[in-house]
Amino acid sequence: MTIKSLHKRESDLAQSKNQLEILSNGIFRNGDLPKFKDKIAETNQFPLKAKPLEILQINVGYMCNQVCKHCHVDAGPDRKEIMTRETMQQCLDVIKNTGAHTLDLTGGAPEMNPNFRWFVEEASKIGVKDFIVRSNLTIIRANKKYHDLPEFFKKHKVHVVSSMPHWTRGKTDKQRGDGVFDSSIKALQELNAVGYGMPGSDLKLDLVYNPSGAFLPGDQASMEKDFKKALLEDFNIHFHNLFAITNLPISRFLEYLIASENYEDYMYNLVEAYNPAAVANVMCTNTLSVSWDGYLYDCDFNQMLELPVNSNVKHISEYNEDLLEGREIVISQHCYGCTAGAGSSCQGSVA
Amino acid sequence: MQKTYYDPADLKKFGNISDWNEELGAKFFDYYSKVFEEGALTAREKSLIALAVAHTIQCPYCIDAYTGDGLQRGITKEEMMEALHVAGAIRGGASLVHGVQMMNKVNKLDM
Repeated sequence: MTIKSLHKRESDLAQSKNQLEILSNGIFRNGDLPKFKDKIAETNQFPLKAKPLEILQINVGYMCNQVCKHCHVDAGPDRKEIMTRETMQQCLDVIKNTGAHTLDLTGGAPEMNPNFRWFVEEASKIGVKDFIVRSNLTIIRANKKYHDLPEFFKKHKVHVVSSMPHWTRGKTDKQRGDGVFDSSIKALQELNAVGYGMPGSDLKLDLVYNPSGAFLPGDQASMEKDFKKALLEDFNIHFHNLFAITNLPISRFLEYLIASENYEDYMYNLVEAYNPAAVANVMCTNTLSVSWDGYLYDCDFNQMLELPVNSNVKHISEYNEDLLEGREIVISQHCYGCTAGAGSSCQGSVA
Repeated sequence: MQKTYYDPADLKKFGNISDWNEELGAKFFDYYSKVFEEGALTAREKSLIALAVAHTIQCPYCIDAYTGDGLQRGITKEEMMEALHVAGAIRGGASLVHGVQMMNKVNKLDM
């Protein structure tokens, strides 16, 4: 069944303020569960403050060829928010001067931005140590004009990070849509064919695992072992690392949690799995997220909740790394998603 | 008065059994966590065994816990159901194998 974005359906949850209200009311308002702020205060970790920047994550647009049930971006073919070349140029100016070692392009499907290739070409000239593109895999197979993406990524030494919720068709298609599994397998084989993900290869290919339901990810190392074994045996596919990422209770995943009556149990699970060691390494303290229109956020999730950075510098055009360092991170109850168990970030577990 | 014998919220209080006997409680939970570590069997295999046993002893807490544990480990619903049929086969077999005892008795007594 094809689903539409919350925005297209004009759902109440398309408004970020309604999501934030849900995350602050009910079990958090009546005191059944502690607010995130109070929880991190117990271990003297409030307020969270930004450390020196390491990762600049740029969301080049919310348009996507897929409509995944759990998408925190509410991405889909009907989303028209796309970064302009002018904003990309402003990002490039920042990349040239940043101390960050990682540049991380995400979306939507970043490849659908008409200026994506130009941006990658320009950014790769700057020579950032780790240049990530988050590709949903199926885009490579979606249209002839994308078929050469594996070669294009290789040419610019892009580090490809791709989503794969399970090594079986059933669980994958349930979360990401019919046909996604077969198409993803084909795309992975094509990436392998040009050298991506092969043992010892410098062409890095990592996979992202998101649980396909209202439960937390298992141990990242064990999951990686199971993924590697199954993908190799069944499809002769190689990849380097698996990042296990917890689904945060926002956007379409929040909608799913509420509709399936799992919201309260899920929040209890997140809070019970709270790990202060993960708080020490949460990604918002070393990452900046840039939205399609150039505004700055502590992370991609805060971007979707429209919670901008707590700084005088609000936009990429006025970027100042010194002023942004030490800023107080903006938090709400969704942050429990990054501090549960072994922790969660765009680079996987953190504790 | 509580209207049911089981409350899902009680599962989270499992650790409280140590309150009334700290020494034995601690020994039990230490043993429990050791049992489920990776060994000659993987933690994944142990999780499926636990799920099958949970259904055999019909423990609602254990079914709740090991269904969730299985999902976290990426165990599929097909694998879970197959594990349950192993439990079902042993349970059913345990009844039916006693049929031999019944047959022996009948053969002895019946003319």
